[in-house]
Amino acid sequence: MLTRVEIKNLAKAYGQRRLFSNISVTIEYGTVFAVAGPNGAGKTTLLRIICGLLPPSAGEVSVSVDGRVLSAGERRAKIGLVSPDLELYNELSALENLEFFARLRGLPFSPEEARDLLAYVGLKGRENDLLAAFSSGLRQRLKLAYALQHRPPILVLDEPAANLDGEGVRLVENIIACQRKRGIVIMATNEPGEVAYGDRILTLGPQGHGCLPQGSAR
Amino acid sequence: MAVCRKDLRVEFRTRYAYSALLMFAVTVMVTVSFTVGGFLPDSGVAAALLWIILFFSAMAGLPRIFAQEEEKGTAAALRMAAAPETVLMGKYMYNAVLLFSLAVLLVPLFFVLLNQSVLLPGLFLAVLLLGLLGLAAVSTVLAAIVAKAEAKGLLMAVLSFPVLLPLLLTAVKATHNCLAGSREGVAASMLLLFCYDGVILAASFLLFAYIWDD
Repeated sequence: MLTRVEIKNLAKAYGQRRLFSNISVTIEYGTVFAVAGPNGAGKTTLLRIICGLLPPSAGEVSVSVDGRVLSAGERRAKIGLVSPDLELYNELSALENLEFFARLRGLPFSPEEARDLLAYVGLKGRENDLLAAFSSGLRQRLKLAYALQHRPPILVLDEPAANLDGEGVRLVENIIACQRKRGIVIMATNEPGEVAYGDRILTLGPQGHGCLPQGSAR
Repeated sequence: MAVCRKDLRVEFRTRYAYSALLMFAVTVMVTVSFTVGGFLPDSGVAAALLWIILFFSAMAGLPRIFAQEEEKGTAAALRMAAAPETVLMGKYMYNAVLLFSLAVLLVPLFFVLLNQSVLLPGLFLAVLLLGLLGLAAVSTVLAAIVAKAEAKGLLMAVLSFPVLLPLLLTAVKATHNCLAGSREGVAASMLLLFCYDGVILAASFLLFAYIWDD
């Protein structure tokens, strides 16, 4: 599936406060697109707009697969999102969380596959533990499993290595490397090491006066 | 079904909503039974009391259904994984199951404590079923509307009262007739309740995507 994300003249403001404006960029298949900038620059907001969770003040985001532009609902189905604003269910176990979201996404649920996925993100042996008993690092690993579960062509990662240990950071590196081969990664981060994964980098914030000019993201 | 099953599983482990519903209902019921203990309320008063208790019990527990998704941050995960209609249907089914299970405990208790009897039990159950389906439908969609508001409880009661008034008046009247053994007007009331439920559900499905996404 050849996936493409096109952002045209995107702007977002909360009342009088303008977060960013006039962002235009096309993200092609096989690209890691990094969004950098200080706290409050609008990185998370931009990612939420791309996911269709937040309406922009101006401009538009379109996602196409094999040349066909997707509707808002179809777009969400093609995205795997990891974000500090997104939580899973504390009252369910790791496996039950994955089962629930598999059924919501209309996927056939296989406990073996789910266990393999949990093992991949480093949760082997914790499959049946309630999420309430997980540390923040383990929760982040489960969020990665949630985002990867439906093999999305677009992976949107907001601070993907937050709360992760060294092994977790290597897991994120591996996920990004694998996703680059089969789709698109859009990532927001403050970490210079993570920004370096980006094939193209968009810097938001006062220094960039909102964003880089149209098409000039590296 | 997945959303409903998940909510039931979470509720089974936490018992927040059901406890709130049940405690409120039992407290009000016992208070009412002590108050009217000395005399036997007629079927009209009893029918009104039953639906008042069901209405306020629903208001005590059901608005949490979307608020907890927003407060715990799980709403984003739901939005990314499911179509709005799937979420609405699941939440509606969950609210309906919760209300039915409350009614299973509450209604027999009501008849015992208020010393009432039903002369048309079949029709009474049908009226109760249609009334609770409507109550669950209105509670579900209004819970989604108030989920991000500050004063959820107050807003829920203020918004739901005018919307639920036709349902409550019709259900009280039909329940009164069922308790008194009069078939007059019950069929028309049931048809009205059926249409009300249909209209509320149809409107909910049409509007929910806007409510949920904004």
